[in-house]
Amino acid sequence: MPNPTRIEINCETGVESIIELTDAEVAEMTYAAELAAEKKAEEDAAAAALEEKKLAVLTKLGLTSDEVAALLS
Amino acid sequence: MANTFELIASSTVGSGGAASIDFTSIPSTYTDLCLKASLRQDPSAATASSFLYINGSQSSYTAKWIEGNGASASSFSLTQNWSYANPYDNAATSTANTFSNAEIYLPNYAGSANKSWSNDNAMETNATTAYLTLGANLWSNTSAINRLTLSTSASSVTGGTNKFLQYSTAYLYGVKNA
Repeated sequence: MPNPTRIEINCETGVESIIELTDAEVAEMTYAAELAAEKKAEEDAAAAALEEKKLAVLTKLGLTSDEVAALLS
Repeated sequence: MANTFELIASSTVGSGGAASIDFTSIPSTYTDLCLKASLRQDPSAATASSFLYINGSQSSYTAKWIEGNGASASSFSLTQNWSYANPYDNAATSTANTFSNAEIYLPNYAGSANKSWSNDNAMETNATTAYLTLGANLWSNTSAINRLTLSTSASSVTGGTNKFLQYSTAYLYGVKNA
């Protein structure tokens, strides 16, 4: 399967080129996408852990999130 | 008030699709730049984001965005290695043959201050949910802008695994005496 292509337009010359991404660019792109996915998974996990922590505190206090919102409003 | 819009260059995506659309060697002879894009991407979803990179840079972008989707409105801030061209391009499950549109206006692009610009975007689809977004953006870099890249990837200037589909278009205008 051919690699994806990109379009490059040189504004000085007006020449438009359709360029196949090199294997190195595809590898870099794949690696970058994996890194981005890993980072997002880490952020999601951190957000979920924080949410769990908040729920645990609410449970300890015997309050619902609505009640806390009402207290803080 | 802008009184001269001059087409610098344009591109229409062909049948094979394209991972990115890259305007290079942009002349510094205008006051402002205006990039208008009509985009549709291939992921099997209602929307897919497109990204704007300046001079190929992958750092120092910040932004404030507001959005509405027909049911609710919200806002968000970004500090990223990329900026949005449009957070919600049309994608494969959008109404057939429809495209999102984006207008990106970059004033004083050749000056020596940090570069700011605005986005005005609309997704087009015959569905309950469709997005309108407005963005205020900053690239904390004082270089003159000589390259603008529309990419399908938040992690690569040359594009990601997604593609802009055939008949997607991008028009770059120079504005004089703005």
